[in-house]
Amino acid sequence: MAGADGDDSLYPIAVLIDELRNEDVQLRLNSIKKLSTIALALGVERTRTELLPFLTDTIYDEDEVLLALAEQLGNFTMLVGGPEYVHCLLPPLESLATVEETVVRDKAVESLRKISQEHSPVDLEVHFEPLVKRLASGDWFTSRTSACGLFSVCYPRVSSTVKAEIRQHFRTLCSDDTPMVRRAAASKLGEFAKVLELEYVKSDIISLFTALASDEQDSVRLLAVEACVSIATLLPQEDLETLVMPTLRQAAEDKSWRVRYMVADKFSELQKAVGPEITKNDLVPAFQNLLKDCEAEVRAAAANKVKEFCENLPEDNREQIIMTHILPCVKELVSDTNQHVKSALASVIMGLSTILGKDNTIEHLLPLFLAQLKDECPEVRLNIISNLDCVNEVIGIRQLSQSLLPAIVELAEDAKWRVRLAIIEYMPLLAGQLGVEFFDEKLNTLCMAWLIDHVYAIREAATCNLMKLVEKFGAEWAQNTIVPKVLGMANDPNYLHRMTTLFCINALSKACGQEITTKQMLPVVLKMSNDQVANVRFNVAKSLQKIGPILDSNALQTEVKPVLEKLASDTDMDVKYFAQEAISVPPSHSSLFTPLAAVILEPQSPQRTTTFSPSVRWKVLAADGATSC
Amino acid sequence: MMGDRPSPPRAMSSAATTAPSVDKVDGFSRKSVRKAKQKRSQSSSQFRSQGKPIELTPLPLLKDVPASEQPELFLKKLQQCCTVFDFMDTLSDLKMKEYKRSTLNELVDYVTVSRGYLTEQAYPEVVKMVSHNIFRTLPPSDSNEFDPEEDEPTLEASWPHLQLVYEFFIRFLESQEFQPSIAKKYIDQKFVLQLLELFDSEDPRERDYLKTVLHRIYGKFLGLRAFIRKQINNIFLRFVYETEHFNGVAELLEILGSIINGFALPLKAEHKQFLVKVLIPLHTVRSLSLFHAQLAYCIVQFLEKDPTLTEPVIRGLLKFWPKTCSQKEVMFLGELEEILDVIEPTQFVKIQEPLFKQISRCVSSPHFQVAERALYYWNNEYIMSLIEENSSVILPIMFASLYRISKEHWNPAIVALVYNVLKAFMEMNSTLFDELTATYKSDRQREKKKEKEREELWKKLEDLELKRGLRSDGIIPT
Repeated sequence: MAGADGDDSLYPIAVLIDELRNEDVQLRLNSIKKLSTIALALGVERTRTELLPFLTDTIYDEDEVLLALAEQLGNFTMLVGGPEYVHCLLPPLESLATVEETVVRDKAVESLRKISQEHSPVDLEVHFEPLVKRLASGDWFTSRTSACGLFSVCYPRVSSTVKAEIRQHFRTLCSDDTPMVRRAAASKLGEFAKVLELEYVKSDIISLFTALASDEQDSVRLLAVEACVSIATLLPQEDLETLVMPTLRQAAEDKSWRVRYMVADKFSELQKAVGPEITKNDLVPAFQNLLKDCEAEVRAAAANKVKEFCENLPEDNREQIIMTHILPCVKELVSDTNQHVKSALASVIMGLSTILGKDNTIEHLLPLFLAQLKDECPEVRLNIISNLDCVNEVIGIRQLSQSLLPAIVELAEDAKWRVRLAIIEYMPLLAGQLGVEFFDEKLNTLCMAWLIDHVYAIREAATCNLMKLVEKFGAEWAQNTIVPKVLGMANDPNYLHRMTTLFCINALSKACGQEITTKQMLPVVLKMSNDQVANVRFNVAKSLQKIGPILDSNALQTEVKPVLEKLASDTDMDVKYFAQEAISVPPSHSSLFTPLAAVILEPQSPQRTTTFSPSVRWKVLAADGATSC
Repeated sequence: MMGDRPSPPRAMSSAATTAPSVDKVDGFSRKSVRKAKQKRSQSSSQFRSQGKPIELTPLPLLKDVPASEQPELFLKKLQQCCTVFDFMDTLSDLKMKEYKRSTLNELVDYVTVSRGYLTEQAYPEVVKMVSHNIFRTLPPSDSNEFDPEEDEPTLEASWPHLQLVYEFFIRFLESQEFQPSIAKKYIDQKFVLQLLELFDSEDPRERDYLKTVLHRIYGKFLGLRAFIRKQINNIFLRFVYETEHFNGVAELLEILGSIINGFALPLKAEHKQFLVKVLIPLHTVRSLSLFHAQLAYCIVQFLEKDPTLTEPVIRGLLKFWPKTCSQKEVMFLGELEEILDVIEPTQFVKIQEPLFKQISRCVSSPHFQVAERALYYWNNEYIMSLIEENSSVILPIMFASLYRISKEHWNPAIVALVYNVLKAFMEMNSTLFDELTATYKSDRQREKKKEKEREELWKKLEDLELKRGLRSDGIIPT
């Protein structure tokens, strides 16, 4: 690369720098985003000696520009001449790491972390580590905050003296004057612990962890909870009790709900990190308390973890712990005053049945499921219904069907259309588990009623639902139960309902197959081409285009083509357009046309069919007719 | 790296549930419906159901005992008032709640009128009683995106007691017998820190009391002043750069306004830093409208103290000028006018170029309120006089936009305003005006040519990149 500097004189640095200084922020931003191009034009040497000093000294700009710059510099190593020169990038990144705007600073730190890996061990000590130290002892909080994220990347690759200094700096920042820096340090504590030698984890990290976990600000304390997971993972089991548990216990009972929320939120990770013994002795009571917390936020976070927590309990007395300690709390949560808590529980509670087995499920869990199925909040009911498969595996869904039906019916008629939408989405799943007879008897009418809902999104979902049902129950079932009703709507006085017939045909034709499509659906579609509403007519054109591939060529030629041609000369502009579209552009991925095209126009790709002129297309159809007849 | 921002758990609907929250996303929910649901009160997060009823032994009234026994009884009453009741449970402890309320009332009256009650032993008991009642973890915010203009704030349930405690504390601080030298042992940094955290309360009544309390403490405890300022800094910085959520920003700014007023001259570096690194960035926050008046007041206070700060302030505002929010842009223009009202001509000259480049952009904003607000500057006599003095610099900056809008702005009112401005310029400096009119076209052409040159430069650079990129990959041998 260095050899290609011959035409550099064409691009005096001043011209390029002018671009970086352009008055218009947008143009400046564009230039910065193409900084690599500028660097390339200058060559590595002048990038190092002219461009970087300029960037370091004179850039005072809008944060958006600085963000782009910070990102660019992370990928600049080759442009300054490779790893041996990578330290040239440190000065501009250092000043970016002191900027107020968090996003810019974070990006600068990210880039610094990236290029730290490209430093040789020597350069790391000579150039990088001093930078970290400078940041760590900066006057304004921003540079100290940035320093927190850099310790862990240089620590593993420096000498033991420097290591000691780094540990000292980190310690200092953990007890910084400003909460912003303490928060940054607390959030990097786990990461830093991972690169430290075990002896220092025990001697240094634990005391810092303890201090941060009892900080005066809850925003700092809650971050210590996150670190707790990493630290507990690093320590040998026998040290956990003395080094970690006192702090964790204290966090679980913190006076700030934010800290308790964090504990609840990280509960599964904590459980894995401390192991089965401590879980049994400490975490079980702590979890009970969180499930009974006075803040709904905390209860909901804990309720979300019920299944995972139970799953990860030591198997030898899992059932006993759940039955005597967890289940009583769960029972209370079923009638919690807060709907978010109930709905969080409803989203996981079904999972307990696989853990507890058939008998316990029937005796203890089933009443809870049934209660939640009758909950006043639709979200709770939905969450239960959406997880029915777990129960189905254990006790079969029949146990629930008596309560299930009223719940489903109620949701199906909920005043909020999004609730109706959600229950429709579970219909195929329910149908599969309840079986075809139950479905025909109880749910079929619901599914048909959705087709004439006054909200389009519901009608659309109902259409899609029918398709999935047909896929599940087969064409014959469709022919007997669904198709007649769908086709009957073609005579509805409401044009929206007539259109629904067309949308259903679009969705169902493939699943129903050629026979039903040609014999039952096609006549209806063709008849609707005389509809007085233009919207219906152009949807006829669209439908014909869609079902074309399923029809046999004879039907296409003798029935579809004349109708489309008639529509193509309709008085309405849109009808004309869609009819012409249907004539000229056969649907892509068509199973009918493509192989044929491949036969006729051999070396060409099947996609070419889409560019055929109408006449060619009809010729292709004719040819098909000839071969199949 | 965004993940490293210590974010407190958000409100319920997004944080706690995995399934879509049906209530929140329903496009048909109306504000009025939501409001009805939101009109509820909340209580502190400290109550765990205690279950047991609370019993306080009724004490005689202070006025009914001899003066010599009053201090003793006063202490006893303070201790009783440390008991905190659960107001979310509207049925529990009704009698005792009423008893505490009347006792607090009595205490309020007592500290207002009595003399000689403030023994040294009383200080720790007063502070203890106040701490027990007011310091509490604020509960989670009910709504995720609380819109103070639309939504009703959630009110503090225990207000019947809390209000009296605040009232009592203020009377105590204001009492003639109050001695800061004794009180400072108890009203310390830790106390202030907890007090500041309470400013996040959603209840505006509580924030109003807090404002008075903090103001009195700032006034009476000289040793705490620097600490209070620093902690407010931290709250603001966290608000701007981390959470964007804090209910008491306006109240804190109001206190700062009066604090800035009292700064001695020359200003300390610390204060200047506060202006540039904290107050100016506060303009970037989304909810600026909630505290803009107070913020602008603080800024103007600073500039009246030390006019040399004008340049960094205006440059700061220009740096953070809103790009997409027209409402905020109008606020910025309003603030800028307040600043220009007090600007010194020597400072004006230093900043006029970047300033009027921005104003010229505002004037040509398609949003008529922005354009209108900017054009109103020409109705301000002082600003007009500054523009007139510097018309040779300002007119060339403004001319192109004014000329263009006069021809093509959609809003007739704006066009009319622009005509007036153009007329004013013509009268100010007709020679320059004619010159600019004459060269308008050629100037535009020159700009276009420059633009083209830029494009060509970049095209060449990109070709080069392609060539070099290939070469360095070794595809084209050199």
